[in-house]
Amino acid sequence: MKDKEKYTVSIYAENNIGLLNRISAIFLKRHLNIDSINSSPSEINDIYRFVIVVTVKENLIRKVISQIEKQIEVIAAFYHTDQETIFQESALYKVKSKSLFEERHIQNIIKNSHAKIVTVSPKFFVIEKTGFREDTEKLYNDLAPYGLLQFVRSGRISVTKEPMKITEILNKSYIK
Amino acid sequence: MKIQGSEALIKCLLEEDVDIIYGYPGGAIMPVYDSLYYYQEQLNHILVRHEQGATHAAQGYARSSGKVGVAIATSGPGATNLITGIADAQIDSTPLVCITGQVASNLLGSDAFQETDIIGISTPITKWNYQITKASEIPKILAKAFFIAKSGRPGPVLIDITKDAQFELMDFSYSKHQNLRSYNPDPKPQLNTIDNAVELINSAKKPFIVFGQGVILGNAEVEFKNFIEKSGIPSAWTILGLSALPTDHYLNVGMVGMHGNYGPNVLTNECDLLLAIGMRFDDRVTGNLDYYAKQAQIIHFEIDPAEIDKNVIADVAILGNIKQTLPKVTQKINNNNHKKWLGKFRELNQIEYSKVIKNDLYPSKQKLSMGEVINEINLATNGEAIIVTDVGQHQMVACRYSKFNQSKSSITSGGLGTMGFALPAAIGAKMGAPSREVIAIIGDGGFQMTIQELGTIFQTGVPIKIVVLNNDFLGMVRQWQQLFFDSRYASTEMINPDFVAIAKGYFIESSKVSKREYLKERIHKMVKSTKPYFLEVIVEKEENVFPMIPTGESVSNIRLN
Repeated sequence: MKDKEKYTVSIYAENNIGLLNRISAIFLKRHLNIDSINSSPSEINDIYRFVIVVTVKENLIRKVISQIEKQIEVIAAFYHTDQETIFQESALYKVKSKSLFEERHIQNIIKNSHAKIVTVSPKFFVIEKTGFREDTEKLYNDLAPYGLLQFVRSGRISVTKEPMKITEILNKSYIK
Repeated sequence: MKIQGSEALIKCLLEEDVDIIYGYPGGAIMPVYDSLYYYQEQLNHILVRHEQGATHAAQGYARSSGKVGVAIATSGPGATNLITGIADAQIDSTPLVCITGQVASNLLGSDAFQETDIIGISTPITKWNYQITKASEIPKILAKAFFIAKSGRPGPVLIDITKDAQFELMDFSYSKHQNLRSYNPDPKPQLNTIDNAVELINSAKKPFIVFGQGVILGNAEVEFKNFIEKSGIPSAWTILGLSALPTDHYLNVGMVGMHGNYGPNVLTNECDLLLAIGMRFDDRVTGNLDYYAKQAQIIHFEIDPAEIDKNVIADVAILGNIKQTLPKVTQKINNNNHKKWLGKFRELNQIEYSKVIKNDLYPSKQKLSMGEVINEINLATNGEAIIVTDVGQHQMVACRYSKFNQSKSSITSGGLGTMGFALPAAIGAKMGAPSREVIAIIGDGGFQMTIQELGTIFQTGVPIKIVVLNNDFLGMVRQWQQLFFDSRYASTEMINPDFVAIAKGYFIESSKVSKREYLKERIHKMVKSTKPYFLEVIVEKEENVFPMIPTGESVSNIRLN
């Protein structure tokens, strides 16, 4: 049997209260940890898209997907490997302003990482970096020695290389 | 004219042809009960004695009538008491609409009196749930609730209504729900799967069918019978498929699973083609999956896509309602009979008869056996009764030995194994099929889990017959302790009260029997009665149910003793 792999689950659903609970309950039921989760509007009006990253065996993710699709308000669910998707994460780093001027090296770190300075105030400044997990982690490791006041990273957002065909699914929908 | 949300709810139920609801009033649902007061003629509310009884009664009603069962309760403890029945309905695919009151919307989340997050609690065990906070939502949401509960693979829906929404005034209009863009209750089989199945069926030498409740839920009894009679394939049932095919049908070869029949379990591992029809390969059916029908090709007829390849990988999966899919296969297959192969089932049945069944039905011991009680009930009812069973040894014995001539006649808690199910479920079953005899068969343990529903029986006068098979033990657990825990009977012996006196306390005609010579007469008296009747039968204390597939074993390693 194949080993565990990282899968990106994409769920197209109605935006109704409690649906996230219903979806996460399916992972809970099978004792699966969610690596990251993101929800946002999708390319289709009124339809939301959840992006969930989990590390599981393929035969299991297939069952999870059909149990997610079984939920009344889910339109369709898919799973993809990293190779099949384009994905990014965003991170914010809050650093003391003092260190920006006293530690010249920080300026080089920011420049080399292609990170963006979002705001600068007399007390602190905030850097934003979007990229792969390795990129945001590297910047974290580089900045940590100078003291991070706060750090936060978003869940993965992802689009697939292949078309999703949600509109087709909706068009052949179950309206008699 | 504007009406209150609570009255709108009643009107919705009437629009959905609901005539009986089971419930229990309380603070947060009082506006609905007040509206009910004006609709007593059209809508019969059965006051149960505990909300769990409301869900089980609604389940019994749904399963005997084929309609949606409705249960109603207040917020907080009223709502949480529904949970066991909802979980039972979810795993056994029973269509229910459960309505709970909720604290006023301005109090939501504040830990108000009798507030509980019933949406959160019920989410994993409902097909759908929704919290209504505005009266104007009521018609649309109720229509959606009934549509979802009964379509596709049926299941329970819970609708939570805040108290202010019940009081709020609104304009009422109702239209039934037709479709949802995110939900496909009627999936169609993929191209070629019908032809692939036909080919496998026509070339199989030792085909074998295991059918489940899908036959009953799809109203496909006739289509199923046509299919098996044309193909000549021996057919075994899961516990929830029981009664979909008459017991004495020549192709009915008995029950599969842990306490099923010897032949169908052993021959599961000899067939060359296994057809699973409206069943979901529960672990109690398959035993150890690593040794389950590995030699066979598998065709799975199933309405729920999530069940396909969940436990057993299908070579051919035919998605859809079997009422539509089976006739397409029947039409194309060759007429066949598998006499020699069917003969193997008969042979193994003879072995089971001499080693197990004979002793169960005609025991030489002095004490009564559970099997002979069931046998007497069969003789007294000619297989025409609805048998409602609880959970445990008596359930296995009743399902193994009861005779059925028509569908929707066996009502039991299969997937969840809910002790306490039978007594309230029998109340609902009788109300869902008033012309039929309904007999609840219950153990002494399960009876005491919902014994308070004797009050409901007394108050409504619903003429059900209750048989308690009393062995003063939690018999199935005791059996496992004996077989797998060296007879250490930890907390399984019960010191029981005088059940007959309790039944009499509720003014229910009752009697008790422990001697074989009186058994037939008492059962006949019970069946003849036109009123509720309670019969306690004292049975052998340490009887074991066989055959049995021990946990983790292959179906073909089924033990006869």
